[in-house]
Amino acid sequence: MKAGDILGRAYLAALFCFVFAPIAASVVFSFNSDRFPTLPLGHFTTEWYARAFSRPELWQAIANSLMVAGCTAVLSTFIGFATAYTDFRYGFRFKQAYLALALLPPTMPLVILGLAMLAWLSNLGISGTLLGIIIAHTVLATPFAMAICRLRLSQMDPTLEVAAWNLGAGPWAAMRHVILPFCAPAILSALCLTAAVSFDEFIVAWFVSGLNRTVPVMILEILQGNVDPQINAIGTVVFLTSMSLVIAAQFLIFRRRSHD
Amino acid sequence: MTEGSRLYRLFWRLPLIVWQGAFFVVPVLFLAAMTFWLVKNYRMEPDFVLTNWEKVLGRGVFWDAYWLTLFRATLAGILASLIAFPAAYTLAFRSSESARRFALFCLIVPFFTSFLVRAYAWQVILAEGGPINAVLGGLGLGPFAMLNSGFGAMVGYLTLVLPLVVIFQTWSLSAIDRNLIEAAWNLGASPRRTLFRVILPAARTGIFVGAIFAFILTFGDFVNPFYLGGSKPPTLSILIIDTTKSGQQWPRAAVVSMMMILTLFATTAAALRAAYRGRG
Repeated sequence: MKAGDILGRAYLAALFCFVFAPIAASVVFSFNSDRFPTLPLGHFTTEWYARAFSRPELWQAIANSLMVAGCTAVLSTFIGFATAYTDFRYGFRFKQAYLALALLPPTMPLVILGLAMLAWLSNLGISGTLLGIIIAHTVLATPFAMAICRLRLSQMDPTLEVAAWNLGAGPWAAMRHVILPFCAPAILSALCLTAAVSFDEFIVAWFVSGLNRTVPVMILEILQGNVDPQINAIGTVVFLTSMSLVIAAQFLIFRRRSHD
Repeated sequence: MTEGSRLYRLFWRLPLIVWQGAFFVVPVLFLAAMTFWLVKNYRMEPDFVLTNWEKVLGRGVFWDAYWLTLFRATLAGILASLIAFPAAYTLAFRSSESARRFALFCLIVPFFTSFLVRAYAWQVILAEGGPINAVLGGLGLGPFAMLNSGFGAMVGYLTLVLPLVVIFQTWSLSAIDRNLIEAAWNLGASPRRTLFRVILPAARTGIFVGAIFAFILTFGDFVNPFYLGGSKPPTLSILIIDTTKSGQQWPRAAVVSMMMILTLFATTAAALRAAYRGRG
């Protein structure tokens, strides 16, 4: 191995350490007895977990988060798939505008989206409800679902569907027997990924949630108080949840792709 | 075109238009309209006055925040691009296909995990009595005050944007035709000359797109300036939150939002033009 290669690897490793340091640190700190952790570390404890999870409002927040993430996943995956299919199947006037509408939301700063949502949903009388958070998260998550489904559709031979039509299948039957089975892994993957997006999002949720807090909004409100290692405990659980969802999503895409 | 297939077509086309129209386009337009509303006795009234624009743009606090935010976002875009490049280069040219895929997979994961908790972890790591100062203290240095400063905020920004920038750069570097690079070598170009005359121009689009994403994310972020940067002086996003949460001054927060949107549009358009210049 050449010196340049070793240098490159070392650099890469250092960069990964930097990116993953805060994630690793919060896991380590969550089992550490010190309120203000430093080196050397204190002793091992599960006290922060016990304290965090004995708060009834955390369980309420978890229930809210699961509810919001579940509904967001279903809604945004449906809209994302419909959009990806439309882009795959049809050409029409204003298609550029249509696609811009599909991909623009993630470029909007979340603080602005939060304020716009708060103002608009208050106007409609649904700010401060879980429904409001679900609506906002679906706006944010749909582009991700669309990207995943579009990627999968681009691997499909477009004449397959036409063949089904020629053999006498109606469009709905062709969708059901040809396209949906082909896209199944992408749809499952999109469900996982959009759930992860929703499960982590707190800025827009903070603006519109009112008293119905989700887990990350609760973390935000604890953070505005004092340093409290319970955050590490809650954060570790949130990390594990969303990482499992993201890993499941990627696994679903890659596994199928290696088959065909 | 039969009635059935028209229904079929609309069934797939309409959900996006309805949903993003009603809950993305309309709210943003509503916010724009709100900048002209009147606030009287702590109540908002639909109107068409320029008071909010005058009040916000006429204050030094706003412009201080504006230039600070613009400066930090530009700096983060440049720093992230420079720091990411050697890593992306190693991934694109010095790694096996499977190693590259695995590394990119790892880099996607943090994007979907709470950066609120990450910011908190940095708060603990960088604290005056935290692990880094403990190590430096062992070497007889410090303690350094790293939190509540531009430095603290930048650490947070880089954690947020580096994975994405590395991903974009790796994609565009991997797409370069290897024959081009070998041709440069065979023609006797030095490694440095190959880098500047062949590789960088060929990967320009991905490098620009990475930098733009870093700029956009940093420009709108409020977690890092708030928890690691000390929020004084405020950035634009902190200004929006303070203005929103302090009663009924939503129209003024909306003015700040519009200024942010306009700036993002202008910067992104300029950068994209530079990225695709001469490419057709």
